[in-house]
Amino acid sequence: MSECADCAGCRPAAVAIFPSAAVKAVAVIGPPNSGKTTLFNRLTGLRQKVANFPGVTVEQHTGVAELAGGQSVELIDLPGVYSLSPHSEDEQVAYDVLTGRREDTPKPEAILLVLDSTNLRRHLMLAAPILALGLPTLIILNMADDLRNRGGTLDTKALSRELGAPVALVSARQDEGIEQVRDFLAGAMALPTPRSLPVLHDIPKCREWAGEVGSQADYRAPIAPKWTRRLDRVMLHPVAGPLVFAFVVILVFQSIFSYVTPLMDGVKWLFEVSGNWIATTLPPSLVRSLVVDGVWRGVGSVIVFLPQVLLLFLFIGILEDSGYLARAALIADRTMARFGLQGKSFIPLLSAYACAVPAILSTRTIENKRDRTATILIAPFMTCAARFPVYTLIIAAFLPNRQLLGFLSVRTVAMIGLYALGFVVAVLTARILKSSILKSGRTPFVLEMPAYRWPTVQSLGLRLLDRSKVFLRRAGTVILLVTVLLWTAAHVPYTHGHPPAIRDSLAGTLGRSIEPVIKPLGFDWKIGIGIITSFAARETIIATLGAIYGMDHPDSTSMDLQSALRHDLTPASAVALLIFFAFAMQCVSTVAVVRRETGGWKWPLAQFAYMSALAYGGAFLAAHLLRYV
Amino acid sequence: MQLSGNKGGAEILPASLMDLRRGDEAVLSEIDLPVEDARRLMELGFLPGARVVAGQSAPGGDPRVFQVDGSEIAVRRETARRLKIHHEGRLSRKA
Repeated sequence: MSECADCAGCRPAAVAIFPSAAVKAVAVIGPPNSGKTTLFNRLTGLRQKVANFPGVTVEQHTGVAELAGGQSVELIDLPGVYSLSPHSEDEQVAYDVLTGRREDTPKPEAILLVLDSTNLRRHLMLAAPILALGLPTLIILNMADDLRNRGGTLDTKALSRELGAPVALVSARQDEGIEQVRDFLAGAMALPTPRSLPVLHDIPKCREWAGEVGSQADYRAPIAPKWTRRLDRVMLHPVAGPLVFAFVVILVFQSIFSYVTPLMDGVKWLFEVSGNWIATTLPPSLVRSLVVDGVWRGVGSVIVFLPQVLLLFLFIGILEDSGYLARAALIADRTMARFGLQGKSFIPLLSAYACAVPAILSTRTIENKRDRTATILIAPFMTCAARFPVYTLIIAAFLPNRQLLGFLSVRTVAMIGLYALGFVVAVLTARILKSSILKSGRTPFVLEMPAYRWPTVQSLGLRLLDRSKVFLRRAGTVILLVTVLLWTAAHVPYTHGHPPAIRDSLAGTLGRSIEPVIKPLGFDWKIGIGIITSFAARETIIATLGAIYGMDHPDSTSMDLQSALRHDLTPASAVALLIFFAFAMQCVSTVAVVRRETGGWKWPLAQFAYMSALAYGGAFLAAHLLRYV
Repeated sequence: MQLSGNKGGAEILPASLMDLRRGDEAVLSEIDLPVEDARRLMELGFLPGARVVAGQSAPGGDPRVFQVDGSEIAVRRETARRLKIHHEGRLSRKA
C-alpha cells in the first residue's frame, strides 16, 4: 500500500463499485476482547454456523447478514488476533483467508475491522497490516458506551482521514450504531488510502504508528474501569477470592446434579411417552423393534444429558462473558501448575464433568500446544454425566441404604469416592505426561484480564444453541449409529424366522468370545456384552443389561435389574466393574473429537490404549484384592 | 532514585517486574525472552519504554496482574522475572 506520508488531504482516488448483489463475502477480524463476536452475533443472529478450517484446529464461524432491500452478505468471522504475522495457527489462517490463499473459503471482498475503542492505541496496531492488504475496510470502534461512560473521546473524522478508510463508532452490546455497518456492507466501497503505514512486522514501530494515529485523531483514553478494579479487590483477595471461587464451583456442581433433575425427568418422561405412542401405533414388527428399542432408546439416552450439558455451558457462558473466567483461571493457576498444567485448563476440565466432548473443544483457548494436549488427554478421566447412572445402579445394587455417623449416606460416600478417584488419576496422569513426553516450559503464561461486563441474553442464547448443536451432532449421531448397530447385532442371526435368544445372537457370540479375557475380572458374558456396547456410550450398558435380563424399562433405579446384578456379580467384581468404568475410554464421540483436535490418530489411540490398560489393571486388582474382604 | 532497601546497608534495586509490589510503577527496559515468546508480550503492550503498574496478584502471589498500555495483563512470576525495568524508572509507590 502507499507510503505517501507527506500527502496531506489526498482524496481516495480508487473507488471500487460493487453492484449490490455482488458483494458476497466479508471478513470480520479484530483483536481478542474487542467484542467482535458480539458484533458478529448482532449482524447475523441465528443465521450462523460453525465449522472447522480443514487442516487446522481453528474454528470458522460464518453467517449471513441481512441488509436493507433484501440483500444479504456472507460474513466470515476470523479468529481474534493482534497481528497478521504468521506466528500462530490463528494468525496464519486469518492471513490466508484474507489473501485468498485458502481454497475452502472465498477471498473476502471487504473487511470489518473491530477494535475496542477503550483500548484504541494498542488495538490500532492491527489496522496497519489490515489496511496494507488494500481491501475496502470499515474500521469499527466498538464499546462506544464504555468509552463514553468513562470519559474517553476521539475525533472519528480525523481518524478516518488518517487511515483513509471509513470509521464507525458503535456499541455492539447496546445495539448502537450498527446501521453504519450495514450501510457500509450495502454500499459502494472505496479502497483504503492511509496516510502512512509502519513497517509491518516490527511491533514497536507499529505501536508507535498507532499512537501517532491516535494523537492525530485527538484520542483521549478513558479513565480506568473503576468497577473492575473494585470487584477485583474482592475476587482476587487472598481470602474472599478463593471463597468466591469455591462458591462458584460448588454452584456449578449443584446445578448439574441436583437442580437439573426435574429437567432430566421431564426429558425421560417425554421419551417414554413418545416411545409408548410409537409402540402402540406401529404394528408389532422388526421395524417397530428397531425404532423403539434401537433408535428411540439410543436417541433418548443422549438427549437425556442435554439439560446437564446446557446448564453447565450456561454457567460457563455467564462466567466467560462477565469476565470472571479470567480471574478464575488466575486463582486456579497455582494449583494447576503443581500438576504441570495451567489456569486455562481449569474450565475445560470442569466442563468435562458434564461431557468430555464439548470440554475438549473448549481447550482451544490454551495457546501452549503441550498444555492443551495434556488437558485433552486427561479430560475423559473426569467423571462425566454418563458414568453417573452406571455408578448409581451398581452402588444401589451392592451397598445398603445406610447412614454413616448418622448423616452421611454410605452410597453418597461411595459416589464421592469414585469421583475423587477419577480426579486423582487425571492429576497423576497430567504430572507424568508433563514431566516426560509433553514437557514444556517455553510459552509464558500470559492472560488478558478483560473489564467486567454484564453478559447479554443474546450472546448467551446463541452460545447455548451453538453448544447444543455440537453436543447433539457429535455425541448424538455417533451414539445413535452405534446403538442401531448393536440392536442389529442383538437381533441377528434369525433362525427359522425367529429372532435369536440374546445368548445366540451376534452380540451374544461376541460377549462369549471375550469372556475368557474378562473372567479374571469376575465378569461373565452378559456383562461382557454390556461392556462392549458401553464403548459406544457408557450408559448404554444399562439398556443392554436390561435387554439381556429381559426387562422392559430398565434404568439405574430398577430393582429387578439390581437383583439380577447381585446374582451375577460378587461384591468384588462389582467394585471391579466400577473401576473399569472409571478408567476406561468408553465413548466413540470422545475419540472422534480428540482425533480432530489433535489433528491425527496418534494421540487418541495412545489415550485409548492407556485408559484401557488402566481400566483392566485396576479392575483386576480390585477383583482379586477384594475377594478376601 | 528511589531505593527499595530495607536491610540496613545493602541496596536492593528492583531489576524486573517480579520485584514490584502492588501499586509500584516502573518503565520496561527489555524483555529477556526468546523472540517468539517476547512477541506475545509486546503485542499486549509490554514494549521497551512502556510504563507498567503492578496490580493485584492471585491469592498466593502468583500470577500477578500488571496494568500496561490501557489493559490489565496477568503474568507468572517466572515470566515477570524476565521483564527488566529501568532502575531509575522506579517512579513511585501508590499509597
